[in-house]
Amino acid sequence: MSQNKQASFTLDGKTIPYAEGQTIIQAAMAAGEYIPHLCFNPEFKPHGSCKLCTVKANGRQTASCTQQPQPGMVVESDTTEINDERRALLQMLFVEGNHFCPSCEKSGNCQLQATAYELNMMSPHFDQFFPDRPVDASHPEYLLDFNRCILCSLCVRASRDVDGKNVFALSGRGIKSHLIVNAKSGRLADTDFTGYDKAAHVCPVGVILKKRVGFTVPIGSRSFDEKPISATPHPTVKGA
Amino acid sequence: MSSLLETAANPENLRRVAIDPVSRVEGHGKVTILLDDKNKVHQVRLHIVEFRGFEKFIQGRPYWEVPVMVQRLCGICPVSHHLAASKALDAIVGAKHLTPTAEKIRRLMHYGQILQSHALHFFHLCSPDLLFGFDSDVSKRNIVGIAEKYPETARRGILLRKFGQEVIRHTAGKRVHGTGSVPGGVNKSLSVPERDELLKDIYQMVAWSREAVHMVKELHHKNPELYNSFGAFRANYMSMVGFDGSLDLYHGTLRARDANGNILFDGVDYQNYTQLIEEEVKNWSYMKFPYLKSLGKEKGWYRVGPLSRVQNCDFISTPLAEIERREFMAYSGVMPMHAPLGYHWARMIEMLHAAETIKDLLHDDDITGSDLIATGERCFEGVGVIEAPRGTLIHHYRVDENDLITMCNLIVSTTHNNQAMNEAVRRVAQQYLHGHEITEGLLNHIEVAVRAFDPCLSCATHALGKMPLEIEVLNEAGERLSSLSRSGDGTLS
Ligand code: SF4
Ligand code: FES
Repeated sequence: MSQNKQASFTLDGKTIPYAEGQTIIQAAMAAGEYIPHLCFNPEFKPHGSCKLCTVKANGRQTASCTQQPQPGMVVESDTTEINDERRALLQMLFVEGNHFCPSCEKSGNCQLQATAYELNMMSPHFDQFFPDRPVDASHPEYLLDFNRCILCSLCVRASRDVDGKNVFALSGRGIKSHLIVNAKSGRLADTDFTGYDKAAHVCPVGVILKKRVGFTVPIGSRSFDEKPISATPHPTVKGA
Repeated sequence: MSSLLETAANPENLRRVAIDPVSRVEGHGKVTILLDDKNKVHQVRLHIVEFRGFEKFIQGRPYWEVPVMVQRLCGICPVSHHLAASKALDAIVGAKHLTPTAEKIRRLMHYGQILQSHALHFFHLCSPDLLFGFDSDVSKRNIVGIAEKYPETARRGILLRKFGQEVIRHTAGKRVHGTGSVPGGVNKSLSVPERDELLKDIYQMVAWSREAVHMVKELHHKNPELYNSFGAFRANYMSMVGFDGSLDLYHGTLRARDANGNILFDGVDYQNYTQLIEEEVKNWSYMKFPYLKSLGKEKGWYRVGPLSRVQNCDFISTPLAEIERREFMAYSGVMPMHAPLGYHWARMIEMLHAAETIKDLLHDDDITGSDLIATGERCFEGVGVIEAPRGTLIHHYRVDENDLITMCNLIVSTTHNNQAMNEAVRRVAQQYLHGHEITEGLLNHIEVAVRAFDPCLSCATHALGKMPLEIEVLNEAGERLSSLSRSGDGTLS
């Protein structure tokens, strides 16, 4: 093997070159291949929580956003078995929160919705939880609609790692996990959050929203109206 | 308020006939009739299972979501709710005057909705009764029967409706659950290719709408006895009229007249509607009964919708519809027309006006403009009113300083007409059922009266030509002695 020959693995039969330190999903993205994901954003350290990016690497299931490839590794992603599991994960996310796409202002720019379309999710399948989660509208410029939080922790990571502020945190365990705002009152208005923060622009769904924007951009002209998520590079960054 | 035949003196001795659901109306309604052993009618009630959870549900939501969210109220005329809510929120964002492009795009959307809704109602839901007869063969009395016997009529109905839907799609972004109208304006105008696509067909739509008016008019002329008296009752009537007194289904002020056509109030800013209208609750209906405060509960109920609007305005701004309005007014004479079947005629005049208005708007360069949103001084309360296909629609919101909705009140068209529809079915029951052996054909008369109002019962179940029917004979204790039910195909069991 020559020294400078780049290492590679195969993804659904296609050869994907990778560099030292890259994860499977990073190498796949760099090669223009799509692996469904929600809590991964190329700008942030992986979190490995949503499991949408699960693949089979040499026959073993693993999160492709945290797993580094090995030379010659055989990775399967777009298979009926894995996609069925991903669809079930999506369905659980949909029923755990309150996701009413037809009246959600993030519709067409939402990664959860776009991923559900990508994976042909036709119905929520499970019984809806219909949790009661009031919105936090205390901040003059930004609104938090907790109904749609999928606990990806991107806002937590952005606020802590980029903004150096720690405005958001995940609290509780298991089914009780939820997003909180780090203020005594629990209200966004009582933090130092601003619209210039990175955290204001990373939410893949419709939780952290600039106020009074709503439907100013018509349905039909939004990120995923034109192209499916699989053909939209780095949607989290673009959708921001 | 309590009217003749609303409540029987001794209901426990009577036989109960239920028409449930009323077919060929939008949504779910039910009529119950109490008869004695001589088939004399003692009580008739139209019940509507109306969805009112929305007013609660929307509280705590950000206001800019409302025009889109509110369309979930009703899959039948979502555009009307979309626009009425937007108008209320215009007041909240302080957009006193919309940009010309925004105002015209919204009008276009609205008249598209009027066109498609009126076409659907007349051709699909009512023409079977009007063309075949109220007690004609029930297996043919539906749109499939119309398509067999009058294929051209059925085809026009379908194409008129489709055209209206295309207007909606181009202005609202989608055929249903559009997002085109936003607080203070719209989010898109028409592109030149979109406009040209609609222009291609609009002349045909105007011509067909005109012929539809002629068709209904002829029915009136051929059988004036039936058309003038069927279920007729006198009532006050109310609608929004344009600032110049014209028929304007998008914007204007409120005007009401008494049963003789005399003005009760005029030029009222709808922001003050609560000073005019109050709603009464009755224990037997989910739907409230609104009335004009000045006249009180007993006398203050009123009618809305096409029959009210066409007679309430001073003129129609588009020439063909104005000719038809004048003929309509001449036909009814000095007194206003109160006959429920007059709704069909008035509705077709409005459809023609909608087609003509769309044509004019498509020739207006403003609809391809780019100045879409107006702003102004923020307020905390707003009312929006629109003349929806079925009548006056009122949306009223209060918003807090954090932009969340704190109060919502809606009065939808069908609610305004609640008492009027009950009056109509009571008249028909008296005119046709009283003392007769009940037949399917006779019961359909009741449905014909309900259908004339085009009630929207806020639910998408819509049985085509199917009228499940249940007759129960009860003893004095209200126990069931025997029953008769009839399935949609007319078989008894
Ligand atoms: S608010 Fe958005 S970014 Fe933050 S955890 Fe929830 S879904 Fe993720
Ligand atoms: S994207 Fe890998 S676990 Fe969420």
